[in-house]
Amino acid sequence: MTHDRPVDPDLDTDATDAAARAVPQHLRWSSVALVAVGGTLGAALRELLVIAFPVTGSLDVVIFCINLSGALALGVLLESLVRSGPEDDRRRHLRLLLGTGVLGGYTTYSTLATQTARLVSDGQAGLAVLYSLGTLLLGALATWTGIALASWLRRPRRSRRSA
Amino acid sequence: MSEISPLLFLAVALAGGLGAACRFVLDGLVRSRTSGDYPLGTMIINVTGSLLLGLLTGLGLAHLASDELVLVLGTGLLGGYTTFSTASMETVRLLQAGRYAASLLAGLGMLAASVAAAGLGLWLGGLGG
Repeated sequence: MTHDRPVDPDLDTDATDAAARAVPQHLRWSSVALVAVGGTLGAALRELLVIAFPVTGSLDVVIFCINLSGALALGVLLESLVRSGPEDDRRRHLRLLLGTGVLGGYTTYSTLATQTARLVSDGQAGLAVLYSLGTLLLGALATWTGIALASWLRRPRRSRRSA
Repeated sequence: MSEISPLLFLAVALAGGLGAACRFVLDGLVRSRTSGDYPLGTMIINVTGSLLLGLLTGLGLAHLASDELVLVLGTGLLGGYTTFSTASMETVRLLQAGRYAASLLAGLGMLAASVAAAGLGLWLGGLGG
């Protein structure tokens, strides 16, 4: 999750608007609802993929692919939002719905940890290290790729023409 | 395709939404109570979620929790509560900021702590079986 930037008081000329912003994001029902709706969609998508591609071996390739694709997508989303301008209501709503909600609910960490622990207890420590470290490192690479992709797509028009 | 009733699928999805909302509120509470910008909230969320999923999985393996319960609370609630994409994003952002020790803790440290927590949960859940 990215940080909620402190609100610049100069930007809020409307007093009631400023008062509403005094309530932190995580305690505002509208924000929590956006995250819940997004999380429902993300978890549904994850479960659909898990049902569609049953795991046959001891490695959960589906969760691996879900986490990597979600990491790539979050990199693209957050970098695009940052580069498109300062966070306003529209960008905040997109970030909460798609980032914290959909992609947060789509990807999962507890399954990764539990599957790794089960591999260890099954005496497959090598596979456990490969699966968990592989997810961690390739996930970071996927995130970085997403950030790079978004900054390439969002680069200034002049340099895009000359490229 | 393995069988799952539409109602059970809906329950998994809605539990995922509830889990995501819990993550958002808890992360916000941790942020408002800590100084500095180390992503402590995500670490707390992923370690506790891994402990609970390990416990639930252990109970399921010991036949103390039904498959449906494991699916709704595990895949749904805890799957939506914990997150990989945000954890990865925070690790990469720390790397980009040149905070290598912090990024190592957010990446490798969180992974080790979560796997240990899940292992503890599995063991605790299996005690009753």
